[in-house]
Amino acid sequence: MKYLYYPGCSLEGTAMEYNVSTRAFMQAMGHELIELKEWTCCGASAAEATSRLLSLALPALNLAIAEKTEGAKDILVPCSACYLNLKKADEKIRKDPALLNKVNLILKEKNLRLQGKARVRHLLDVISQDIGAENIRTRVKKDFSGLRIAPYYGCQCLRPYPVFDDPEMPRSMEPLIEAAGASVHHWDMGGKCCGASHINTEPEAGLELVLSILREAEGADSIVTVCPMCQMNLEAYQKKISADYGKDLSVSVLYLPQFLGLAIGLSEKDLRLDMNLAVSGGFRNKLRGKRSEVRGQRQEVAMASAA
Amino acid sequence: MNQAEHKEKLSVHDALAPIREKIQACIQCGTCSGSCPNEFAMDMTPRHLWRLLLMGQAEDIFHSKTFMLCSACYYCTLRCPRGLPLTEAMGELKQIAARENLVPYNQSVRFYKSFMESVRRHGRVQEMEFMTLYFASMKSPFLPLRFAPLGLRLMSKGKVHLHIPLQNDPESLDAVFRKAEEMEKVRSEK
Repeated sequence: MKYLYYPGCSLEGTAMEYNVSTRAFMQAMGHELIELKEWTCCGASAAEATSRLLSLALPALNLAIAEKTEGAKDILVPCSACYLNLKKADEKIRKDPALLNKVNLILKEKNLRLQGKARVRHLLDVISQDIGAENIRTRVKKDFSGLRIAPYYGCQCLRPYPVFDDPEMPRSMEPLIEAAGASVHHWDMGGKCCGASHINTEPEAGLELVLSILREAEGADSIVTVCPMCQMNLEAYQKKISADYGKDLSVSVLYLPQFLGLAIGLSEKDLRLDMNLAVSGGFRNKLRGKRSEVRGQRQEVAMASAA
Repeated sequence: MNQAEHKEKLSVHDALAPIREKIQACIQCGTCSGSCPNEFAMDMTPRHLWRLLLMGQAEDIFHSKTFMLCSACYYCTLRCPRGLPLTEAMGELKQIAARENLVPYNQSVRFYKSFMESVRRHGRVQEMEFMTLYFASMKSPFLPLRFAPLGLRLMSKGKVHLHIPLQNDPESLDAVFRKAEEMEKVRSEK
């Protein structure tokens, strides 16, 4: 199948490996991504915090570019914040013709016009619904039977629009993890908030939320995520949080397409595992099949070498 | 109260009216407070905030950090038994704080505005420029130190672009921003 592709700003910077691994995984599964030409920022959480009109016009601008783009209808979005911004603009505009007119007045400045025909899809939606666990299972090349994976969904791919999963008790990643041959770390934190940009503006509150997630991840070999903001929050502050908490809470954190990509035989290089901030040596060994040495060990932190 | 302060107070008060309308049906059940992951850090609960909003207590609302501590997880919106757009209402309170440059919210407002300025100039955010704008606007010599360790790690991974952003970038969204500002100004003057 073909999808229009909106990577978003993070995937060109701090989340490059999410971009690379999404492309590599989708290609390996036989799907083609058509990147939107001249896409712009969706407004992130900054537009919503500064201007209501811009918070709708910025994503609408990209929806309008998507409508003009030939080859596919569904827009695949890996970043949950981008996904929700695009989805929200789409939902609101479909229900409110007056709002559509208003937004189109703004888009005219860029010679664009939105009709409301595109379909916004999160990467997890596409992987779990269109590709499906069975398809992945038949392509698995690695033995991940010793790995325990904690699925972390975050907020904005689940709420407020329940499209492909239960917004309170998400499960869509579990069959995917099992299809890859690993076991699921069952926990209640999958759909809880990581604090989003609080880590920058309200660090105390943000760190507290990340701590509550890392604490519950104990026993898992890795957390997998589907959002660059969640990924960064969970991987970048482990050392500080562990020090403040008085216990080593370090754990590997991978993007979902990195993990699934490894399972179907893509290389660590193809998936840019070297760009992650928290992949422990022990976890790497397990990925490479050297299981006996490291079972249950969470001490070793690759982060240390980068710090 | 001088004239400028009086004017600011009036415009904040008017701006609250459309938000109040959205949450008019609030029954004060507190499901929002019980669902909020940030409630522990707030000086008043979300339920309390909605009550003040219904009563038009602008001054108390804008002395509280509650709405700025909303991280848009949408639990309250999902669970509200009256189906009220609570996360959106939190966002609209943030917009007032940004528009009026209200001092207690400097840290967040300047962060978001610096981000938007970079998007305005280039169409996509340029992290280095965004953070430089933010540090400059905060005028705090210590703030960059807090971000330095992560910044260096990201740089060592090649995740931060060091190129100098273009002046007069052809991808600029200035026209889009100006149009939106013009339309919002007309609306708030009505």
